[in-house]
Amino acid sequence: MSDYAVELIGVSKSFPTSKGEQIAAVDRISLSIKHGEFFSLLGPSGCGKTTTLRMIAGFELPTEGEIRILGESMGETPPYQRRVNIVFQNYALFPHMTVYGNVAFGLEMDKIPSPEIRERVTEALRLVRLPGMEDRRPKQLSGGQQQRVALARALVKRPAVLLLDEPLGALDLKLRKEMQLELKHIQAEVGITFIYVTHDQEEALTMSDRIAVMSEGQVLQLGTAAEIYESPLSRFVADFIGETNFLDGELETVRDGLATVLVDGTLRLSAGSAASDLRRGQPIILTVRPEKISLHSRQLDGAVAGQIEELVYIGTDTRYQVRVSEGSRLVVRVQNSGSADQAGFRQGDRVYLTWDPAVARILVR
Amino acid sequence: MIAGCATRRGRGSLLLRLGKTALGANAWLIFAFLYIPILVLIVFSFNDSRSVAHWTGFSMDWYLRLFSNEPLLRAARNSLVIAGVSTLAATAMGTLTALGMDRYPFRLRSSFDAILYLPIVIPEIVMGISLLLFFNLAFFPLLQALLHFRMTLGVPTITVGHIAFNIPFVYVIVRARLVGFDRTLEQAAQDLGANEWRTFWRITFPLLLPGILGGALMAFTLSLDDFLVTAFTAGTASPTMPLYIYSLVRRGVTPEINALSTVLLAASMGLVVISLVLQRRR
Amino acid sequence: MSVRTERRSRGPLIVLPAALWLILFFTLPLLIVVAISLVERGRAGGVKLPLVFTLEYYQRLVDPLYLGIFWSSIRIGLIVTGACVLVGYPMALFISRVAPGRRNAVLLLVMIPFWTNFLVRTYAMKLLLSAEGVVNNLLVGARLVDAPLNLLFNNFAVILGLVYGYLPFAVLPMYTSIEKFDLTLVEAAADLGANLRRAFLRIMLPLTAPGIVASVILVFVPVVGAFITPDIMGGGKVEMIGTLINRQFGVARNWPFGSAMSLALMAMVVVGVVYYLRTSQEGERPL
Repeated sequence: MSDYAVELIGVSKSFPTSKGEQIAAVDRISLSIKHGEFFSLLGPSGCGKTTTLRMIAGFELPTEGEIRILGESMGETPPYQRRVNIVFQNYALFPHMTVYGNVAFGLEMDKIPSPEIRERVTEALRLVRLPGMEDRRPKQLSGGQQQRVALARALVKRPAVLLLDEPLGALDLKLRKEMQLELKHIQAEVGITFIYVTHDQEEALTMSDRIAVMSEGQVLQLGTAAEIYESPLSRFVADFIGETNFLDGELETVRDGLATVLVDGTLRLSAGSAASDLRRGQPIILTVRPEKISLHSRQLDGAVAGQIEELVYIGTDTRYQVRVSEGSRLVVRVQNSGSADQAGFRQGDRVYLTWDPAVARILVR
Repeated sequence: MIAGCATRRGRGSLLLRLGKTALGANAWLIFAFLYIPILVLIVFSFNDSRSVAHWTGFSMDWYLRLFSNEPLLRAARNSLVIAGVSTLAATAMGTLTALGMDRYPFRLRSSFDAILYLPIVIPEIVMGISLLLFFNLAFFPLLQALLHFRMTLGVPTITVGHIAFNIPFVYVIVRARLVGFDRTLEQAAQDLGANEWRTFWRITFPLLLPGILGGALMAFTLSLDDFLVTAFTAGTASPTMPLYIYSLVRRGVTPEINALSTVLLAASMGLVVISLVLQRRR
Repeated sequence: MSVRTERRSRGPLIVLPAALWLILFFTLPLLIVVAISLVERGRAGGVKLPLVFTLEYYQRLVDPLYLGIFWSSIRIGLIVTGACVLVGYPMALFISRVAPGRRNAVLLLVMIPFWTNFLVRTYAMKLLLSAEGVVNNLLVGARLVDAPLNLLFNNFAVILGLVYGYLPFAVLPMYTSIEKFDLTLVEAAADLGANLRRAFLRIMLPLTAPGIVASVILVFVPVVGAFITPDIMGGGKVEMIGTLINRQFGVARNWPFGSAMSLALMAMVVVGVVYYLRTSQEGERPL
């Protein structure tokens, strides 16, 4: 048996456009997904994540490259012979069958004897916490319940890999949060590899062991949630995952892994260097997350001075927009740990900003 | 100003109410228009004299006569055979065509689509005479020359014509059902281990069935009712029900026709009920 | 070879039975009609052998006698279509405003004639208007007239019969359109200052136009080529294109002329429908 549940080796998929040209939906991506991993494909719509998932399921065939499931090359194996199952975005529950009929369908296809089917369907419905719903029709269920049936229908086949295509997209926020935790819980219980497609960065960060951030058919960065959030390798990734500040500048010096950056010709800032092959004078982007910046009312050593232009109270935090130079503004988030009247600063206040240079990243422009 | 507003609103609602009353009156007048002739027809089918306007007493005689009317029964049998066969054939071909046109792009697809709609749009009489000419001047002579087989107009030629005009109707109805068809259901079935064959019979076919049955019902009704195409492809030996009724109606009005019409009305009502049951199942 | 590519190459074959059937029994017969319209007639029906090419029958079409019949058929078609739409639209509106619980029952009342044998319904109308029929019986009984009136066998009877026959066909498409129409749009128009008349003309009518277009086509096409109604209600005294064509294949035994006439009718209907669809779509565009 292979070390990996799913491997993609230089996989591309192009579709013909109406003008007869070929457009690449997926462009030479390579991924190795481990057994039992919760792996997310994250990116904006049209980035190729769903196409990638559909190629693993077998609904699309790659125009180039190879897909292996459990070490076995899939070639042109049809979907019904692959040991993967999918939970569709719209659930795709069979409207003319009951919940039981839906969940049992895949087992019937495998010609499992009916007492065993009954047992396994009951077990699957218990797993997704829908016991006793066997005789309902999909139309009689709420969105969240339909989602669970779709999940049970796929899991009951005990696939090597479960594919999930934005399964929570149609649910409201509160239910989503609940289902995120529950999915994670179910995955731990069944120990199956999950490949999860989403455009919701928060969802991906919450649930995944590893995330592949995709854009325009390519994987831009692959790593754990913390790696992706803390050390984005490109402006796209930094921008797509969470909120962040970007300051255009040029590199002045690099010493002991610490870089000094000149922004707007006047502002000197320091940051943990990203790459070693940076040259002096090179145009770069300095990025720092809003919650990593502290605000002070008096001048501190190495602090950047600024003025509060705008502030928004958003419950847990207050979000400040601070003007630090003629052309540059930084967003700062400060947790509201004290009582409401203690919320320190007002519009127009002069403030001083500090951050740990290690949390500021330098990206090549 | 305020007063002006008030009167205006008052006038508006009065207009609205008048409009509502007018709508209702119009509708019930139309229903009267549609149903009075039919009701008169039914009532006088039970009259015990030959009059279709003077009620002289209740009788079932006219109905009893129908059942001993040999030519009528033959016509009824012809109609049912033709409707049955043409419905089966047209439903099978129309459904396959709808599936093919919906799923597989091929060359000439748009021109074929036009051919499929044309029989619905062109006047029926044109289709009738075209089949008459085709059979008499091309098909029969060719058959005679090649196989030395003599064929004349009759039940087979009527059936051929009915299949031709029914295919487009079945096609349109099934195709409409396919437009709203969620293809991910088929993908889900395949993902769960069903091959193409089982996916079709377990998922696609049951979900299309109301559309297919609706198309079949339409075809059956159209075939039973058809007069023009039938008239031109029937020849003289084998009249269908509409041809038989037509020959009676041309001669005048009699309670016999009333009774026959009432039977057909009851049959149509039966079909309406079936179609409603089918719709409810959707 | 993969399942997918195999399917792609074999898939279109399932349209083959219908395609062959329609080519053989629909398209080919039409081509034969074209061919027959271009050769001389035979003495006892059929065509003269060997075939002699001629344009005579097309020239005869523009004879004032036949042009007149074409024109009167079109006129009857327009009158019947207009009547069906004018009466059917409010009817459809009424049905759409009936409470949902009872709406299906009301709709059923429209559906029943739709599914009923056309010949039977035409006969029912003839029965009502005939000399020994109920209407005349009542009129004579009430001493409003001395002798039964001649209600049948004139243009009025044919038009009445056609409206009676095709009204259900007009109501259903308009009902479908009106039912989908969002009535709050009329309220929005009223809120923006439009009176009822303007709200109807500017908002409701354009948005329900597709149903009206479908109704017009569904009524006009069969009415122009109608045979049963003019034959039964007109009793040989009202001539329309349908009865004229029928005569060429019956007593007149002039198949080529009947063919030319049929093609003219078909061309008229197809051109008319295409033109009508074009203009009605253009009319909707700026809205």
